[in-house]
Amino acid sequence: MSEIIVYAIVLVALAVPLGAYMARIYRAPLARWEKRLFGEHEQTWREYAVAVLVLNMLGIAVVYVVQRGQALLPWNPNGLPAVDPRVAFNTAVSFGTNTDWQAYGGETTMSHLTQAVALGVQNFVSAACGMAVLVALVRGFTRRHADTIGNFWVDLTRSTVFILLPLSVVLSIALAQQGVPQTLAGQDHAALVEQHAAQTVAVGPVASQIAIKQLGTNGGGFYSVNSAHPLENPTPLTNFLECLAILLIPTALCFTFGRLVGSRRQGVALLVVMALLVVPFLALTAWAESRGNPVLSSLAIDQHLGNMEGKEVRFGVPASALWATVTTAASNGSVNAMHDSFTPLGGLGPLVLMQLGEVAFGGVGSGLYGLVIFAIVAVFIAGLMVGRTPEFLGKKIEAYEMKMASLAILVPVAAVLIGAACACLADETYTKALGNPGAHGFSEVLYAFSSMGNNNGSAFGGLTGSGTFWATAGGIAMWIARYWIIIPTLAIAGSLARKKSVPPSAGTLPTAGPLFVVLLVGVVLLVGALSFVPSLALGPIAEHLGG
Amino acid sequence: MSHVKPALLVLAALTLLCGVVYPLTIAGVAALFPDRVPELVGQAFTAPGYVWSRPTATKYDATTSGATNLGPTNPALADAVRQRIAALQAADPGARGPVPADLVTASASGLDPDISPEAAYFQAARVARARHVAEAAVRDEIRHHIEDRTFGVLGAARVNVVELNRALDARFGGSLVP
Repeated sequence: MSEIIVYAIVLVALAVPLGAYMARIYRAPLARWEKRLFGEHEQTWREYAVAVLVLNMLGIAVVYVVQRGQALLPWNPNGLPAVDPRVAFNTAVSFGTNTDWQAYGGETTMSHLTQAVALGVQNFVSAACGMAVLVALVRGFTRRHADTIGNFWVDLTRSTVFILLPLSVVLSIALAQQGVPQTLAGQDHAALVEQHAAQTVAVGPVASQIAIKQLGTNGGGFYSVNSAHPLENPTPLTNFLECLAILLIPTALCFTFGRLVGSRRQGVALLVVMALLVVPFLALTAWAESRGNPVLSSLAIDQHLGNMEGKEVRFGVPASALWATVTTAASNGSVNAMHDSFTPLGGLGPLVLMQLGEVAFGGVGSGLYGLVIFAIVAVFIAGLMVGRTPEFLGKKIEAYEMKMASLAILVPVAAVLIGAACACLADETYTKALGNPGAHGFSEVLYAFSSMGNNNGSAFGGLTGSGTFWATAGGIAMWIARYWIIIPTLAIAGSLARKKSVPPSAGTLPTAGPLFVVLLVGVVLLVGALSFVPSLALGPIAEHLGG
Repeated sequence: MSHVKPALLVLAALTLLCGVVYPLTIAGVAALFPDRVPELVGQAFTAPGYVWSRPTATKYDATTSGATNLGPTNPALADAVRQRIAALQAADPGARGPVPADLVTASASGLDPDISPEAAYFQAARVARARHVAEAAVRDEIRHHIEDRTFGVLGAARVNVVELNRALDARFGGSLVP
C-alpha cells in the first residue's frame, strides 16, 4: 500500500516538469536542420496519415526481413535460426503497432541484432508515432481556418530524439547499475553452489531494450518472462523505476496537452479522468491477490504473503498488483508477474482496463488521443441532453467528427469480440493454444484478443499464440486496432483545423470541471460495459463463482 | 510516393541512432559496473543441508525462462502444491506449522533467487540436522541474510538463497557437494 502511494507521488512530481518540457519541444519553431531535411512544407491530414502509414509499413517490413534473415546476419552469438514466418509476421506487426504482443520467448528466439536493431528501433518509432498523432490532433483544436496539421517527420523525430532517447539513456544506465546486463555477448556463467559446474545464463543488450520498452508503452521484453526475469528486473528499485516509466510519459502528456491547448486545467481534468478509471481496478486486483488463492486455503500453507503462484518474492503481491494494473491501463503489456495465475478477480482488473479501449493512460500519445475521442462523444451526449450544438475546446463538434469518433471507438471493440469469437471456433485453440481448462481457458482467449485488439501486448502466458490461426488473426487484430484509430483521429484533426473557433458562451459545457470529468468517466465505463460484460461473465466471473 | 524518401531517410537515421549507437553506448557505460549475474539468478538446491529455492517451471535453466501459467482454479495447481507440501514434510517430519506459500508455488521467472524470510526459517531445522550443527546457528545465518524492503517501502523482505547457501558452506566448513 505504501509503495503505491509513493508511486503516485513520484509519478506526478516527475510528470509535471516533463509535461512542460515536451510542450516546449513541440512548440519550438523549425530548426535549421529540420528545414533542410524535411522542408518547410506542412501536411494536410491525409498527407500526414499517409506518412504515418508509409513509415509503419516500411518498419514492419524491415522487422520481418531481419527476423527471417537473422541466421545469416551478424550479432547472433547464440546461433539462433531464422524465426518461423508466422511468428515473424505477428511480431513485425506487433512491434510496428506499439503492441509488443510476444508469440515467442525472447532469449531463445531473437538474435541480439533482431532485438536491438529491429525490435528496439520500432519501440522508439511506434511510440513516437503515437506522440506525433496526438500533437497533430492538438493542432486541430488550436488552429483556425487551416488546411494543415503539421509535419509528421518533424513531430516524429522530435519525439524520438529529444524525449524518448534521453529518457531511455538515463533509465538504462540506472538499470545497468542495478545489475541488468548490457553486453554484446550471448552468455554469461555463474558457479553453481551445489554442483561442481557452471550455470549458463542468457545475456545480451538487455538494459537498453528494457528502458525504451517501459518508457514507450511497448512492453516487449528481452527475456521470455519479461520483467519478472531477475536480470530484466533484478531489484525492488529497478521494479519501481520500470513501473514508473510505464506511466511517466502518458501522465506527462496530459500536462503537455493542457499547455498546448492553452488550458492547463483541461489537461489536469483529463488526468483526473484517467486516475478515476484506474484506481478502482487497482484496488480490486491488489485486494484479490493479497487474499491468496481461495482454492489452496484448505491446504497446510500460509498465504499471508498473498497469491504467490507466478510471482517473484522480491516484488511481493502489492508491487505485482500495481504493475499488472498500470501495464494494462497504459498499453504497455510488460509483466513482472504471471497474470494467468492471478485469482479470477485479480485478473479481471487488467482485462477490463484493456477493454476500456486503452484510454486511461493508454499508449504514449495514443491513450490521450483515444480519451480526447471519448471526450468528443461525451460533449455530444451532453449536447443532445440540452439540445445544443456540442463544442470542445472552442470547436464545434458536428456529424463528421461524430462519425469518425464512433469508428475509432467501435473498430477495436469489434476486433476484440469478433477475434475472440473466431478463436473459439478454431480447432487450433483447443489443440495447441489453450493453457488451462474451463472458464479460465475462455479468459485466456478473451484476454489475448482484448490485448491485441487494443494494442496492449499483455498476455495470459499459458496461451500459445504461435500457431497459424493465432499468429495471423492476432496480427490482423493489432493492425486494425492501431490504424483504424489513427486514421479517424487524423481526420478529426483535419476537420477541426479548418473550422473557426467559437468563444465560450453561457450555454457552453465547461470541459475542465468536475461535471465533465464525471460525464467522461461515465461514457468510457458505459461503452466498455455494454461491449464486454457478457463476455466477462463467461470468463473471470464464471471462474470466480464456480471456483 | 513523395513520402517514401523521407520515410527511408528517417528510418535509416533512427535505426543508426536508436538501434546501434544507443545500445553500444549503454554497453560502454555498463562495462564500468560489476557483473552481478551470479547473485541475481536463482539456482536449484536438492541436498537437505542446503536451503531450497522456490519451485520452478524451468529447473533453473537460465538459458531460458518461464512460469507454469497454471490458472488459480486449475486442478493441476492444487495437485502440484499438495505434492510439494508432502515433499517438504517428508524431508523434515518434525516441521512445525503451515508451509509458507512461496515455498510451494512456482515463481514467475523460473529463476527466482529469493525466498521469504519465513520460508528460510521453515527449513532451518532440516539444514541444521543435515549439517550436524545447532539450529540456532543456521537461524543466525538466515537472519544475517534477510534483506528488508528497499528504503523501507519498495518490494518485499527476502533472503537470497544462493548467497545464503554460499555463506552456510563458508561458515560450517566446506561444500556439501559429493
